[in-house]
Amino acid sequence: MPKDYQQDFGSIITSKTSFIDEIINLARKSSIFYLLFGLACCGIELMQTGGPRADIDRFGSVPRATPRQSDLMIVAGTLTYKMAERCRLLYEQMAEPKYVISMGSCASCGGLFQYAYSVCKGVDKLVPVDIYVPGCPPRPEALTEGLMRVQDKIVRERWFTARQKIGQPQPSLGVDYKVTA
Amino acid sequence: MSKALEIPTMDMENKEVLRRIEISGDMLLNMGPQHPSTHGVINFLVQTDGEVMKRAIPEVGYLHRSLEKIGERCTYNGYMPYTDRVDYIAAMFANQGWAMAVERLLGMQLPRRAEYCRIVACELNRISSHLISVGTMAMDVGAVTPFPYALREREFINDLLEELCGARLTYNYLRIGGVAFDLPTGYEEKVSTFLDHFEKILDEFNRLITYNEIFVKRLANLAPISKEMAIDYCLVGPNLRASGVDFDVRKALPYSVYPEFHFDVPLGKGEVGTQGDAWDRFWCRVEEMRQSCRILRQALAQMPKEREIMGKVPRKIKIPEGTEAYSRIESARGDMQYYVVAGAGENAHRVKIRTGSFTAMGIIDTLSRGLMIADLVALIASLDVVAPEIDR
Amino acid sequence: MRLEEIQPRLAAKFGERVGALAPANKDAFVPIQAADIVEVCKFAKEDPDLAFDCLMNLSSVDWPKKNQIEVVYHLWSYAKRHALILKVVLDRAQPRIASVESVWKSADWLEREQFDLMGIQFEGHPDLRRIMLPDDWVGNPLRKDYAEQPQWHNITTTRDNSLEGYVRLDELKKKAAEAAAASKKEMPS
Repeated sequence: MPKDYQQDFGSIITSKTSFIDEIINLARKSSIFYLLFGLACCGIELMQTGGPRADIDRFGSVPRATPRQSDLMIVAGTLTYKMAERCRLLYEQMAEPKYVISMGSCASCGGLFQYAYSVCKGVDKLVPVDIYVPGCPPRPEALTEGLMRVQDKIVRERWFTARQKIGQPQPSLGVDYKVTA
Repeated sequence: MSKALEIPTMDMENKEVLRRIEISGDMLLNMGPQHPSTHGVINFLVQTDGEVMKRAIPEVGYLHRSLEKIGERCTYNGYMPYTDRVDYIAAMFANQGWAMAVERLLGMQLPRRAEYCRIVACELNRISSHLISVGTMAMDVGAVTPFPYALREREFINDLLEELCGARLTYNYLRIGGVAFDLPTGYEEKVSTFLDHFEKILDEFNRLITYNEIFVKRLANLAPISKEMAIDYCLVGPNLRASGVDFDVRKALPYSVYPEFHFDVPLGKGEVGTQGDAWDRFWCRVEEMRQSCRILRQALAQMPKEREIMGKVPRKIKIPEGTEAYSRIESARGDMQYYVVAGAGENAHRVKIRTGSFTAMGIIDTLSRGLMIADLVALIASLDVVAPEIDR
Repeated sequence: MRLEEIQPRLAAKFGERVGALAPANKDAFVPIQAADIVEVCKFAKEDPDLAFDCLMNLSSVDWPKKNQIEVVYHLWSYAKRHALILKVVLDRAQPRIASVESVWKSADWLEREQFDLMGIQFEGHPDLRRIMLPDDWVGNPLRKDYAEQPQWHNITTTRDNSLEGYVRLDELKKKAAEAAAASKKEMPS
């Protein structure tokens, strides 16, 4: 793995986790409840991923309809400006620690709707995204891989030793900062 | 180092519609847009006392992806992937509507094998679209198990269509003047095996769900729509046929090679309740799946042998400005219509897509007075609205 | 009934106000004046031979060069199984036309959509407000001279090229590293 990839996980990554950390993270990664945020075509593939063949219930992931009970928000589909405020509201209603998967190319960068006047070009203008899953729509296997990468992120978190701040988004692509450096 | 993220403001108080409703002690709740059972991102402003609704006003536009404006920028062939997104569950039909409209503008004929390939793909897509529709309807009414059953069958169809055109959901299979790929070798046997398996599943589905006592009690006599009301609000497809109007574009205004097939059109008869109630709309869809199996068997048996799948299309499609064409097809959700006005150059001047779900939303306000909230969910499910068709 | 028989029936009732059947540029249509639209539509619905009980489609086309907006009505009759296309030409600066919602209920949402996207005022419509776009959107997108706003509620409408974004992030990291190195150098001294 190239060096940059490890660094880009943010300031919570170390390579050493203690035994208690591992137990806690094992429990957390095996029960990721995701928020059903299927907006468009990727929403159908999200349903199929939760369906019988590519079953993510075997990872312990069940869909929840309310953000108060979910750890993961899978933004599946095109985000329009009218929906954007609701997306931000739902993200803020989720409890920490929370993760976001941006599923599909519409959620990652606006997809094939670059000339649309009503499509938000990427959900990372509003919420900090952890994993981007490309595809139009991504196959269920691709989304499962995205979920496993979130599990990798969870496994590396440390709870009892000194660590830097978590939950602060790093400056990244897309997020509408006004950069004055 | 860097400024804080500017969070977009929430501006909920300024809605005009709040001024129009007299609240008078009731609650005004938002059902949606993120909701597990509103069939996509649709919002309902529900004025209710907690259980019985006075009004449910639909609010759409949360998935408005400006497809009609994009149609003015794309070339005719390049617009095909966008038509997939008009109705992603029944994408082949949207493709076909666009292809037929532009072929009408060009005035061209297709080779017979191309028409047959289109029909095979479209009828397979009709079955998979109706599977989602009946599966989600059962789930909305409360029976969660039928939904994975429907998804399991849909996976087989996804495999078949993936073998045909490479994609599971947004196919982009049709082209102006034909189809993109021919049927692979051994495809007819695979589809026949699937149809043998699927027709037994349909009988099991009927025993388990359609005639289930609880299901019937939930849906019978729910929001019956009379013939006149259905025609006035311009409902189409299974919604219209459940109300007793015998109109199917495949039979009334035949297009493609549909005249060569024998199939029935299921009409709602009020078998367990009133004619035109939610159970009739559900039953129409289940029966349409059976008829699609019939059409598929005939299409595979009568497939022409000459392997020509594209007609004579110019490389750059240029049509005189102002020429307009109108195409109507029987999509899974009803009568989908494309109104295309050709522009100067290689793109259209105006594309208007009229879908069945858009007008079906207009009737929900009238039908929902006096219903309970759980019935509203069943009503939306029985009308089979999907958000992309409404918002485009 | 074919179009060649429908148009004379309309002309017999309304005389000069109904135009001649326009040449079939693939789909022939009947041009109408904006002031007569409700009357013509009522007649088309109630006449027993015409019986157009369904308004299938209502769309509008923007022709900036001719300074016009055309509103196109596609009518369909389930009883008689025939179709009719009516076209009305409106002035592009002030497009106003009476609403046909009193004739067919399906016109309710169809007209709201054209009001939202093209900016046509439908007089007599019970509830004319935006349907597809947010309520505080500025402009009518389907017009040919529509210019997109640079931001809506503080969300920018463009996305910069990822390569430029990565270059920007590299510069930030370099600056942060230089600042850290500079502060470290200062500390011992």
